Amino acid sequence: MLSRRNPQLNRHGELIHLLSIEGLPKAVLTQILDTAGTFLSVNDRDVKKVPLLRGKSVFNLFFENSTRTRTTFEIAAKRLSADVINLDIARSSTAKGESLLDTIANLSAMHADMFVVRHSESGAPYLIAQHCAPHVHVINAGDGGHAHPTQALLDMYTIRHFKGDFSQLTVAIVGDIVHSRVARSDIHALTTLGVPEIRAVGPKTLVPGDLREMGVHVFHDMAEGIKGADVIIMLRLQNERMSGAMLPSAGEFFKHFGLTADKLARAKPDAIVMHPGPINRGVEIDSSVADGTHSVILPQVTYGIAVRMAVMSTIAGNEA
Amino acid sequence: MSSPTPTVPDAEALYAALLEGVRGLLGTAPDTALVGIWSGGAWLAARLHADLGLAGEPGVLSSALHRDDFGERGLAAGGGATKLGFAIEGQRLLLIDDVLYTGRTIRAAINELYDFGRPASVALAVLVDRGGRELPIESVFTAAHVELAPNQRLSLARADDGRFSFALEQAGA
Amino acid sequence: MRLLIKGGRLIDPASGLDRIGELAIAGGRVVALGEVSRDFSAERTIDATGLVVAPGLIDLAARLREPGHEHEGMLESELAAAAAGGVTSLVCLPDTDPPLDEPGLVEMLKFRARKLSRCRLFPLGALTRGLAGETLTEMAELTEAGCVGFSQADVAIVNTLTLQRALLYAATYGYTVWLRPQDAWLGGGVAASGPVATRLGLSGVPVAAETVALHTIFELVRSTGARVHLCRLSSAAGVELLRRAKAEGLPVTADVSINSLHLTDVDVGFFNAAMRVTPPLRQQRDRDALQAALADGTIDALVSDHTPVSSDEKTLPFGEATPGATGLELLLGLALHWGEMQKLSLGQTLACITHHPVRVLGAAIGSLGNSAGRLVAGGVADVCVFDPAARWAVRADALVSQSKHTPFAFETSGFELAGRVHTTLVAGVVAYERSLA
Repeated sequence: MLSRRNPQLNRHGELIHLLSIEGLPKAVLTQILDTAGTFLSVNDRDVKKVPLLRGKSVFNLFFENSTRTRTTFEIAAKRLSADVINLDIARSSTAKGESLLDTIANLSAMHADMFVVRHSESGAPYLIAQHCAPHVHVINAGDGGHAHPTQALLDMYTIRHFKGDFSQLTVAIVGDIVHSRVARSDIHALTTLGVPEIRAVGPKTLVPGDLREMGVHVFHDMAEGIKGADVIIMLRLQNERMSGAMLPSAGEFFKHFGLTADKLARAKPDAIVMHPGPINRGVEIDSSVADGTHSVILPQVTYGIAVRMAVMSTIAGNEA
Repeated sequence: MSSPTPTVPDAEALYAALLEGVRGLLGTAPDTALVGIWSGGAWLAARLHADLGLAGEPGVLSSALHRDDFGERGLAAGGGATKLGFAIEGQRLLLIDDVLYTGRTIRAAINELYDFGRPASVALAVLVDRGGRELPIESVFTAAHVELAPNQRLSLARADDGRFSFALEQAGA
Repeated sequence: MRLLIKGGRLIDPASGLDRIGELAIAGGRVVALGEVSRDFSAERTIDATGLVVAPGLIDLAARLREPGHEHEGMLESELAAAAAGGVTSLVCLPDTDPPLDEPGLVEMLKFRARKLSRCRLFPLGALTRGLAGETLTEMAELTEAGCVGFSQADVAIVNTLTLQRALLYAATYGYTVWLRPQDAWLGGGVAASGPVATRLGLSGVPVAAETVALHTIFELVRSTGARVHLCRLSSAAGVELLRRAKAEGLPVTADVSINSLHLTDVDVGFFNAAMRVTPPLRQQRDRDALQAALADGTIDALVSDHTPVSSDEKTLPFGEATPGATGLELLLGLALHWGEMQKLSLGQTLACITHHPVRVLGAAIGSLGNSAGRLVAGGVADVCVFDPAARWAVRADALVSQSKHTPFAFETSGFELAGRVHTTLVAGVVAYERSLA
């Protein structure tokens, strides 16, 4: 009954907002990954700045706290020569009762060119993109349980860097998938880029059967789930899961679903281990693995800046 | 408006002239490094480097990150990547490009260069100068001067066997 | 006033009447139907050529937002919306502020509505004081004040002992208890569980929220003998349980909203808050089951579930938006759309919004029940004259209700509704006329 053009793309199919990986053509994803490669080299120069976003104002609107993610967006914007303003809306104006859209309107009046938004409600960035001025671009830095597209892009960059060809890989995502926006975005990206085998591994309370509809194989046994995997993405386990009657304890979770060296031995010998961070040592991943030779967790962070530079510069250059 | 269709220049013949010109320039300043502007200039620099028997590899400069038309055109896909295998600081450089027109590409390429260090000097040698400068940029050697209408585009192609040729495209009709 | 409606297609779903003819009204009653004698001198004649003359519509679920929620809707605007939608009798929910748990509040509401003379108002009383699910209300007093049944609106009673006792007490007097089959704990999500909610990262309401509640309600009906009307069925599994309960002979009836009847979870699209309704929109199979169940009578009535919501409450992220949509003016068009898809006759289609809802109300509306929802000589002159072919786009400026938010908005759906009300009469008085609108 209803149809609506993907709000992320303009009439010419170019990216004007990055809200979710869903609905983005493979060519758009690949172009961002290629551009990120160029920006990676910028980070090695003496002058780590290019003037692409000079004169533009990037507003970081974090309704949900996150110093790490906000910092990487700030570094990325500054390397593109943009002016960056950080707004921790979390407790300030919304506590005073200002509505989300009033906040956006006020900020737009301050000539914002780009909003980087993190919000605890799924879909909030869509509402913002719908209501801000036509020349303003919105980047989703994480909305509720729905999407974290820049994380997925840097994860894909990492996989491409270490593994090359997507079309032969087995990728296992392990942990609290039902609540994870990173997992959802990773699944969409992996599917679009042609990864043939995507697995979701975890207990039934954290990995529902519904996920099959997204094109993943569901496993409730860790050993089976990571057998022969080329890439293992471990997700963070949050304390709320214990208090919400989804898990009895971090200890029992670690025993059955935590990544230890001997569990890792079931994956391919050259498998890489990824994690969006911050890691909970001894809960989802053993220190020896997090710091070991298979781990690419630190490179992920480096790639994260280049990928965000690529996203911002791609979007800023396209008109609504 | 009827201007006579210009003949498409013979790229191989012009390359031969460029080779002699660059050989002459390097004769007076032998420690100069060659840097080709992506993509046509990079092809020319690679072949010049081989034909002149120079050591190492020529540098490649992409102007993509410093272009002044980002606001209109956005970030073009496949703008090439800068690759400089030597230090720029205090180095004499000869930039090589296929077609010199408004001068904006060279301005952007020089800005890109400055992200890597402060060169001792920068000179430019091109295959074709088609006039129409919008910035004060000049080459020390030009193989040919060609007059084209604003809506015409001259682009260099490289065949699998390395032979160069020019193509003349008309934008719009 | 003596009124003559001529040239229209008279349809009375209860009797099967479907013919071109005349309708004569005097003293608020239908005096002649079909052929009207030459002696009848009308003070006013309505030309209904090309139009359908049907009984005024009966809507079993609408919120008028008074008292307490005036920023969302007022009695004046919402009853005017009802009249514009051809609705001549409506049942309103008790979740006002304060809730309808005192006879005085009910009397005042009925008094105000009567003065406006747009639509007959039948309030549901709160089943428990303050809708808190703890102590019972004075059901007999509330009935005397005009309540036609007792309800908890959307607030589920968690304590099964309390629910059982409330049903037992209501059964003492033969009152009907109107319950939403939604488990309080399982029903806490914002969208229906399924592939769409999973993909969008929205907390889900599993079908079990409805089936667990239905099993509980049916068990309690068996043991207490209370009459229950189930409000807003939403799933195929729920329909199945209802079918078996009816086959068993349990005294239960049910309704479905225009939203669940036509839409699915896919319509949420890019987190469109207009789709945030309760119960949440389920999948294709559920919609198909609901449409078939309404056609075969398993589900008795179609309701608008009119729930005015202000713009401030809708321009929010999906999970934070207030559930609800405007519906009074869409009831007719959406009923006709469903009837067309099920290949029903106009008479069969209109049954679910005329005499079937009256059957659900039963003895509660007294003698009015003899003719409400029908066109019968000697009966009340509650009439809806409409153009079945006229198409109209659901736009904010076309709606009378104070609440403009609906999933069927033309901007999102891109389709026009067929079926436009021309004139609405309540007790023989013109409550709404399109030509004057």
